Amino acid sequence: MPRRVLLVAALAVLAIPFAVPTIWMVAASIKPLPEIFKAPPSLWTEHPTLAAYGEAFTFQPFARQYLNSVYIAVLVTLITLLVSSMAGYAFARIRFPGANALFLVVLTGLLVPSEVTIVPLFQVFKRAGLINTHWPLILVTAFGAPCVLASFIMRQFFIALPAELEEAGRLDGLGRPGIWWRICLPLARPALSAVAILTFLASWNLYLEPTVYLTSPELFTLPQALTRFTDAYGADMWNTQLAAATMTVLPVLIVFVIAQRQFVEGLAHSGLK
Amino acid sequence: MRYWTTRRRDVLTGYLFIAPQFLGVVLFVLIPVGLAIWYSLNKWNVFTGKQVFVGADHYAALASDPQLPSVLLATVVFSGGVVILNITLGLLIAVLLNRQFRGATFFRTLFFSPVVVSVVAWTLVWGFLLQDNGGINGLLHAIGVDGPNWLQHGDTAMLSVIVSQVVRSVGVNMVLFLAALQGVPSELYEAARIDGARSRSIFARITLPLISPTVLLTAIITVVGALQSFAQIAVLTGGGPELSTTVLVYYVFQQAFEFNDIGYGSTLALMLLSFVMVLTLLQWQLRRKWVFHEQ
Repeated sequence: MPRRVLLVAALAVLAIPFAVPTIWMVAASIKPLPEIFKAPPSLWTEHPTLAAYGEAFTFQPFARQYLNSVYIAVLVTLITLLVSSMAGYAFARIRFPGANALFLVVLTGLLVPSEVTIVPLFQVFKRAGLINTHWPLILVTAFGAPCVLASFIMRQFFIALPAELEEAGRLDGLGRPGIWWRICLPLARPALSAVAILTFLASWNLYLEPTVYLTSPELFTLPQALTRFTDAYGADMWNTQLAAATMTVLPVLIVFVIAQRQFVEGLAHSGLK
Repeated sequence: MRYWTTRRRDVLTGYLFIAPQFLGVVLFVLIPVGLAIWYSLNKWNVFTGKQVFVGADHYAALASDPQLPSVLLATVVFSGGVVILNITLGLLIAVLLNRQFRGATFFRTLFFSPVVVSVVAWTLVWGFLLQDNGGINGLLHAIGVDGPNWLQHGDTAMLSVIVSQVVRSVGVNMVLFLAALQGVPSELYEAARIDGARSRSIFARITLPLISPTVLLTAIITVVGALQSFAQIAVLTGGGPELSTTVLVYYVFQQAFEFNDIGYGSTLALMLLSFVMVLTLLQWQLRRKWVFHEQ
């Protein structure tokens, strides 16, 4: 079928800028330095080496930085799951005075970019003595604007839940917290996984915040660390940088390929607001 | 009568359940905005830490800032370039993928994959490929084209940040467009085909009008996202060469954190806030009007 072949050919050409950078990153990270800018460019090397991977760990406290990114993202994700599922549930299912007004106040979190609030927040955290600690990265992400999107997603989910399920729980003698925890949360797994993926990546990718708040290399997170692989003259140490970038990107990409449906559904929410 | 009736307990639970999120918004969104307004009305001395109330001085300074026109122009070019390229490419890919064929899932995964790649890592690799002796010019040379030093000239640097940003993020819009395309009732297509319509006019007369609300709403969100693109600019060009890629969000960062001008930085941040707020509120209003179906 020539039409089908044409379609696949068109998609393959379109796919080049999407696939090549990642492939090139991995390929260049295992090349010896002199080969990196060799002309004509090639993805192949006769002398693959992992030297750049070793150097990433000796030039900076990269293992520590990796751990920082992981523990911050995990912590932020867990807090967000709890905070957003509680708020989303209450706004969707519980009638209490002022609920609509309070919900509108919470929604303002979607209107205000973190690039704006960081200017005053830096002064606040400076007064509180929390500069050069991980607290600003954890608190602002787990309770502030990124969490509001999560609460919104959870609310949308709980609104659609049939009321009979809650009635059954009530007849079994469960109180509100019990209904939320035992009946509604287990049903909310699709929404919770969407929120988890969205939040984990938001934290994992933070760049402005660590750049502003952190000054000690052993406290850096990965995105920030990636930009610091420069030699004494300020020139980029390309192969080390690319090796570190590969280590940052590959685990997430692998999980994405395995669970791509959940990722796509989860991240599509970020395009909806 | 018991005091703690089910209803009263419900109300209390409601308040307790929303409390963490509500306090989070107050502490990390509302109070900071209030502080930014207060800071914009004050002049700070970085060395003594003293602040003096200067009223609208910083707002007047906006008009006389010799760099601001260039910054705003770069912001418009960047956001405009991103939204045009992103929507066109997103629609094109979605239309191509919106049919049954082997490999559709593979391509969808591939086009979406940059979305999960860290912005900084992605941008670093593009910076590497865009070097004068880098991969892109190497490939161009191989087909006999002499590529420019992409990041060292204003126009090509701007093009570079736009393209790398769009390729990284277009996957999200592609998915939204695919969902919209699949929402077009198939009876409409069948009816049109029975009437003898050609596929190009089917797309123009049926598909496009039906998905245009999604396209417009997505376009607005894409602009809002472009207005907040800090990492891409910081890593790829650092706002340069000269001011050519210094967009508003990057200028805010420079004024507030590199030049430590908290007052003027806050004023610029509020300007950015006003752009984002107007666009987001417009988007919400339109969405409500069209009864946009979420999930």
